[in-house]
Amino acid sequence: MPTREYRGHLVSVNDEGFMTDSGQWTREVAEAIAEEVGLTPLGERHWQVIDFCRQDAAREGQPPGLRRISKLSGVAMKELYELFPKGPGKLAARLAGLPKPKGCI
Amino acid sequence: MTTTADRPEVLTPATPASSPARAPIEHLSIIVSKGTLDMAYPGLILGNAARMSGIDATLFFTFWGLDIITKKTIDHLHVATVGNPSMQVPTLLGGLPGMEAFATRMMKKEMDKLEIPPVREMIEILHDSGARLYACQMAMDMFKRRREDLVPQVDDVISAMDFFDKSAGAQVLFI
Repeated sequence: MPTREYRGHLVSVNDEGFMTDSGQWTREVAEAIAEEVGLTPLGERHWQVIDFCRQDAAREGQPPGLRRISKLSGVAMKELYELFPKGPGKLAARLAGLPKPKGCI
Repeated sequence: MTTTADRPEVLTPATPASSPARAPIEHLSIIVSKGTLDMAYPGLILGNAARMSGIDATLFFTFWGLDIITKKTIDHLHVATVGNPSMQVPTLLGGLPGMEAFATRMMKKEMDKLEIPPVREMIEILHDSGARLYACQMAMDMFKRRREDLVPQVDDVISAMDFFDKSAGAQVLFI
């Protein structure tokens, strides 16, 4: 299992860069991952999505799909694509320190 | 279960990340030519999955695929119970009255359980995701449909040649 260092925090990640232990996540780590994928600076709306994903995953035991995020986070589908143009389905989960979502919706 | 260890690999671990063979897909163009429920969803779901991964998606609705984006039919697509070899129903029985409605109801119920949205919502999601949705001009003429018969999420009515121009550099998929 590869390990990466994000701003002094050592975190375990898989081959695709998704964190494997969401307990190692901090907001600083999220900011560093955002830099790595060319998504800076993270604004208030990004955080709204990231915080929702973490809360929902803690409740449900799995990362939310994009449709679920658009329905429950308060950020609609169109804006999700504006916030994460390189693919909100994967990026929201990755920034939130969660595994890649299994669903296709 | 087969593991990666006991089957040949197309790309070996030695294939460098910079190899063209590993180049990520950047644009997926899907020709959606069938209008039954079971043939509509694959194109819609693949297009949506592409957008969710940051891949550009273009969908070209032609022939019976037009039913997926036509106001009158979008909420009434059916599963084909006759001439559908994947149906676990003999073709003769599939033709009995009510069979198609029954199979359609069953499929919608199963999709609902998986939280897969109805076709109309899939089209809205695709539109909001930035996927481009086009209707085929020739099929429109053939089925005597006008622009105003189509749902508003459709970007344009274009020819097959326009479609290929818009698909430059894309992976093209026919469904």
